[in-house]
Amino acid sequence: MKTILLIDICNEKLGFYEFVKPVRDILIKNNVNVFIKHYTRLKKKDLDEANSVIICGTTLYDNKFIEDINKFKWLTDFEGAVLGICGGMQIIGMIFNGKLCRGTEIGYYNEKFGKNFLGLMGKQEVYHLHNNYVDFSNLDFEIFAGNKISQGVKHKKKRIYGVLFHPEVRQKDLILNFCNLK
Amino acid sequence: MVKKLGILFSGGKDSMYAAWLAKKEGYEISCLISIVSENEESYMFHTPSIRRVEEQAKSMGIPLIIVKTKGKKEKELIDLERAIKLARKDYDISGVVSGAVESVYQASRIEKICNKLKIECFNPLWQKNQLELLEDLIKNKFEVIVVGVFAYPFDEKWLGRKIDIKFINEIKKLQEKYKINVAGEGGEFESFVLNCKLFKKKLIIKDQKIKGSKNSWRMDIKLE
Repeated sequence: MKTILLIDICNEKLGFYEFVKPVRDILIKNNVNVFIKHYTRLKKKDLDEANSVIICGTTLYDNKFIEDINKFKWLTDFEGAVLGICGGMQIIGMIFNGKLCRGTEIGYYNEKFGKNFLGLMGKQEVYHLHNNYVDFSNLDFEIFAGNKISQGVKHKKKRIYGVLFHPEVRQKDLILNFCNLK
Repeated sequence: MVKKLGILFSGGKDSMYAAWLAKKEGYEISCLISIVSENEESYMFHTPSIRRVEEQAKSMGIPLIIVKTKGKKEKELIDLERAIKLARKDYDISGVVSGAVESVYQASRIEKICNKLKIECFNPLWQKNQLELLEDLIKNKFEVIVVGVFAYPFDEKWLGRKIDIKFINEIKKLQEKYKINVAGEGGEFESFVLNCKLFKKKLIIKDQKIKGSKNSWRMDIKLE
């Protein structure tokens, strides 16, 4: 059975309940093996133990992970699949040399997926909660949704995915489809 | 890091449980913020009696900010912003806690106000399983009663009922049969907390008045 590592990037303790626990609950409900680590306490053995990693999001002003970006350098060598959600997607972008930009989206937005992205196709109403995003347009990533602001991306050579929206609210199947990737 | 928080407070189970989680995680609850709406159909706010919320705040020893609103859609957000600004000025809060569980309508509007005011917004019950929420209340010794019912097949007999195992078992059956949300997230019922670990003294009901008809009933309570 696969084991999923959830990485908590919240430095505010209350953030865990809002951004990590909902993802964990989806996985547990669907009988997925899951364990959680805060990014500041992540060890090599945790990554060795995990088949796939999900980096969860955080609140709008809890952005210490940006200062701590070097703690995510393991992303370039990790061989399993990775899904970054919101702040997690920003981390992926920054590690692969993307520029962090300012852009606020809060609430439901319609996004269009031109082709299948972890089970999402066509128009989707997604829940956003961010003040920042990464410009993926000149990176080694394919962009599946979003014009000015990339909403769904995949690394061209690695199984690294990013979504700027929160699939734990409206697109729970995306998370499960990611966990079932071969 | 955020230290001082204001709790968006209705006196019901969700905002009280969210407040307790904040306290449990080491935050200081500097004030409670209650919006009292004149509109019983308000999209954003429950309509608690001011007196009831005051009694809860007194029992917790936490200052209470009350702002009244006419409860007109979107305009009530201006009143919410006014209340949060007041809490920031008087109690130096750098974050707000809400008891939002499923409502993107409610959560995103609070998030936008907090973002505009450059303060943090926490929704610790966000996406929480409704049944788990009720079970957690019981496990953590919250004494919660039903003070309003607003959907079929509820009737006045539900008023004053304690949220306990028996309540959960019955409401689970209603969920299966009538698609009732077990935690009342769809506005099916309104709750009031009489006691929890944040209280210094349990609240006792002295008198109660019931009004309503068919499947819409309210219980106004007077506390000792």
